[in-house]
Amino acid sequence: MIDKKLKIANKKFKSRLIVGTGKYKSFNECARAIKSSGAEIVTVAVRRVNISNKNKARLMDYIDPKKITYLPNTAGCFTAEDAIRTLRLAREIGGWKLVKLEVLGDKRNLFPEMIETLRSTELLTKEGFQVMVYCNDDPLMAKRLESAGAVAIMPLAAPIGSGLGIQNKVNIKIIRKQTKLPLIIDAGLGQASDASIAMELGCDGVLINTAIAKAKNPIQMAEAMKLAVISGRKSFLSGRISPNLFGSASTTNKGII
Amino acid sequence: MNIKNKIKITVNGKQMQVIPKFSLKNLIAKLKIPLNKIAIELNKKIIDKKKISKIQLKRGDKIEIVHFIGGG
Repeated sequence: MIDKKLKIANKKFKSRLIVGTGKYKSFNECARAIKSSGAEIVTVAVRRVNISNKNKARLMDYIDPKKITYLPNTAGCFTAEDAIRTLRLAREIGGWKLVKLEVLGDKRNLFPEMIETLRSTELLTKEGFQVMVYCNDDPLMAKRLESAGAVAIMPLAAPIGSGLGIQNKVNIKIIRKQTKLPLIIDAGLGQASDASIAMELGCDGVLINTAIAKAKNPIQMAEAMKLAVISGRKSFLSGRISPNLFGSASTTNKGII
Repeated sequence: MNIKNKIKITVNGKQMQVIPKFSLKNLIAKLKIPLNKIAIELNKKIIDKKKISKIQLKRGDKIEIVHFIGGG
């Protein structure tokens, strides 16, 4: 069975794994991990250029935006105004319209501030951005985001960088049932099996940063995540058996001696 | 040039001094920043990179020069 491609805002992608570019030891390691992950989309952040060290390495020198789709984020933004300012700047760097909105409400748990997130989604959509929205796993809020023009719903599995895996499978399943938009688990995955579970729940993709970047062997973990996403997706498409409380022998009793 | 004639500006939060009629293009060149990898804000307004040679810096201008870094 040939799977259809992941489609976000009319762009098609073969890989269902999106990776972040933060927390790596070096840009070189980051570039190698991206290659190993097979990801076609990477998230990037907008920050001040270091004007006192002109020779400092730049992300764009290691990851070619012509080959890999850059998805600018709004990391560190706590209001709609911050987020809009950041993404306007990102667009100015090279015309990026497909963006990841992330408006946080608490510096410790890094949960999304959903009122500001919703307001930002509306404003950015009106300005012509295609907004993939990091959000909590609340089906009602997911619906509001969809009405506001989001091009992808990206609920957290658990707090950003926590590695706890999906904490609320029921809510993810409910969001899956109610939306045809791309549903991408963003944040909180820890290991390859977490990525498989996300895909088996029917998600269209996963976004992973810390679980790869901070693994002891990021390059190998990137590959593990790639395979886990493929595996989980195939498992979902294949249609699992119904779970039973009792056993069902795999071998027939017919012809038993 | 007498130092008194220099104009104080703020670039990425750091104070700098430039000579009068110094353009935004001159500033980017002085900082050796590749124009195709950045965005520029002048007093919180995004600047069209094609027009930077026409913009002369004024006393107290606040300039932000940003680029992409790693992020999740």
